[in-house]
Amino acid sequence: MELIPGISTEHYIFLSVVLFCIGAFGVMYRKNAIIVFMCIELMLNAVNLLLVAFSRQWNGADAQVFVFFVMAVAAAEVAVGLAILMMIYRNTGTTDINVFSKLKG
Amino acid sequence: MEQLVKFIPLFPLIGFAIIGLANRRLTKGITGVLATGAVLASFAVAVMIFMSRLGGDGHAVTVTLFDWITAGNFSAKFSFLVDNLSTMFLLVITGVGTLIHLYSVGYMHEDDGFRRFMAYLNLFIFFMLLLVLGDNYLVMFIGWEGVGLCSYLLIGFWFKNIDYSSAAKKAFVMNRIGDLGLLLGVLLIFTATGSVTYSEVFAQASTIAIPVVTTATILLFIGAMGKSAQIPLYTWLPDAMAGPTPVSALIHAATMVTAGVYMVARSSVLYMMAPVSMDLVAWTGVITALFAASIGFAQTDIKKVLAYSTVSQLGFMFAALGVGAFTAGVFHVVTHAFFKALLFLGAGSVIHAMHHEQDIRNMGGLAKKLPITHATFLLGFLAIIGFPFFSGYYSKDEIIIQALAHKPVIGYLLIFGALMTAFYMSRLYFLTFIGKFRGTEEQEKHLHESPLSMTLPLIVLAILSVVGGYLLQGYMEHNLTLGNAVSASPEIEEHSLHGLHSIMWGVTAAAILMAVIAYILYIIQGRRPSADADMKGLEKVVYNKYYVDELYETLITKPLNALSSFFSNWVDINIIDRFVNGTGEGVNLLSGQMRLTQSGNTGFYIVAMVLGMALLIAMTMFM
Repeated sequence: MELIPGISTEHYIFLSVVLFCIGAFGVMYRKNAIIVFMCIELMLNAVNLLLVAFSRQWNGADAQVFVFFVMAVAAAEVAVGLAILMMIYRNTGTTDINVFSKLKG
Repeated sequence: MEQLVKFIPLFPLIGFAIIGLANRRLTKGITGVLATGAVLASFAVAVMIFMSRLGGDGHAVTVTLFDWITAGNFSAKFSFLVDNLSTMFLLVITGVGTLIHLYSVGYMHEDDGFRRFMAYLNLFIFFMLLLVLGDNYLVMFIGWEGVGLCSYLLIGFWFKNIDYSSAAKKAFVMNRIGDLGLLLGVLLIFTATGSVTYSEVFAQASTIAIPVVTTATILLFIGAMGKSAQIPLYTWLPDAMAGPTPVSALIHAATMVTAGVYMVARSSVLYMMAPVSMDLVAWTGVITALFAASIGFAQTDIKKVLAYSTVSQLGFMFAALGVGAFTAGVFHVVTHAFFKALLFLGAGSVIHAMHHEQDIRNMGGLAKKLPITHATFLLGFLAIIGFPFFSGYYSKDEIIIQALAHKPVIGYLLIFGALMTAFYMSRLYFLTFIGKFRGTEEQEKHLHESPLSMTLPLIVLAILSVVGGYLLQGYMEHNLTLGNAVSASPEIEEHSLHGLHSIMWGVTAAAILMAVIAYILYIIQGRRPSADADMKGLEKVVYNKYYVDELYETLITKPLNALSSFFSNWVDINIIDRFVNGTGEGVNLLSGQMRLTQSGNTGFYIVAMVLGMALLIAMTMFM
């Protein structure tokens, strides 16, 4: 059932995929750690959008419940991640991810 | 009564176990009593069984201990076969064994390894009993291998001497070569009949194709060649004289070397079906008899002469088996056990008195100083040359008569062999016991008769050598029928042999003549064997055993050793080690390359993660 005529589920899928890819590319190629976190959030939100769209299509509330889970996890993850990033910044004075190569084998 | 046969191998086995495990915790006295007692107990049981079977119909009794191998249609039980043949061997093995155990108590008393020696002797008796008691080829094979092992252990008893250890190794390796033939023969019999049990094989024997039987019997005989020191696998026996004299007496005269004769006699049904193998057996026997006798002419070590004499007499036994006179061959086994063990033990007594001197060039005139040894040795000597009515006379004459009746050529050659035997044994006797003593003064002072533990077995064996033949002759003729199951009796009827009996008187006279000639040559004319450095010409060739050992050395030992060092020095290092080490190094290289992916670069890790996930999802979608 369409709420806004002319916009079907496919449009939502397309948007979600585009958002996800932008997020993925950002994670892979950006240098600044904070930008990487933002892109991760972008990917998570893209998935949320997808879930809601499908929930609308099949008239079921299961996917919307899952969205709540995703949001809670995203929030927790951001909290922890930013805390770690803060400590790294305090110790090294930079947020460039390519600088952290102490795990070199 | 035959059920008691289980105990016969059990006593020596227990003796071995106790002495072997307790070792120094037992005194030498207890060890001697235990070991000798074990074999004596076995002898007592053997005598009981023999007596209970006397006058019976001579049927065979199988005593099963347990089911051993069962695989599909094939089954082999661990059982003992008690019939006239095995009973006879039982008596010889346990009887002579007891005497030699008693002798060893005296002879080896000072030796540090006394307990080990008695343990090995008991073990040997155990395996030998298994060999003759087994009711199938597999149990016999256990005993066969076991006596080979004990022979190795006992020849190399004084293992600190490298030459003795080499002699032991040589004996074992040559035995093994023969064992390959034996094993192939047993396997062939199994393929042809589906069983290895004597009774089943012999019942089906007539259904086997002749070429198969011929091959199987030839292969079995190769085993006998190794174990019983026939040409070409005989060179280990003279070298085996490195072992203590009781070992030479027991193993290399009375028992182990007769295992081959036992096996051929036991398989007489098969051999009777294959004239080709009978010929092989007979000719190998007679050629060995003559060849070994000739070497005995020039040997100067008292034990070596007796060793070659053993090889030669074994040749006689096989020649008898080969012409179909299985009973005569077995009879000679028994009498030979008596007089050869006696001769060896007597030689041991001489060696003991001469303080380990074995060269007859340094002996002479020992008759006065060692009266009992001399008297018993003389009786053994008369037995072996076939002096009338001694044991050797009956058995050897029986062989020659049967040979003349079936295959005259072999008969004539055996007569020649008997004359040779008479000569070289006389040479040995005269040079050792008669005349003037040729050793050092030091040795002369120490000459003394041996203790009772050594002279008592000598006396008993001497009595057996004298009367044994006469007493057993009747028993052998009527009770030990072999080879009769398939064809008509191979032993020709008595009446056609009368002419041959008179020939035998001539042969006996000729043998005594040879002894007289030896007396003339060595005592009256005073000939002596040359010192080692002075040997030349024919004497040198014969003294060096026709250089057969050297021949084997160049043809077989050296190439094999070269091949072996090639493999160990070149192949092992360059190919195998390279392969193994190379694999390790390859893995190292690979891991070195893989390590470069761990750059520590976080950005690269993220990229790798994302790409990997995408790949996995793609894979799950499309597969």
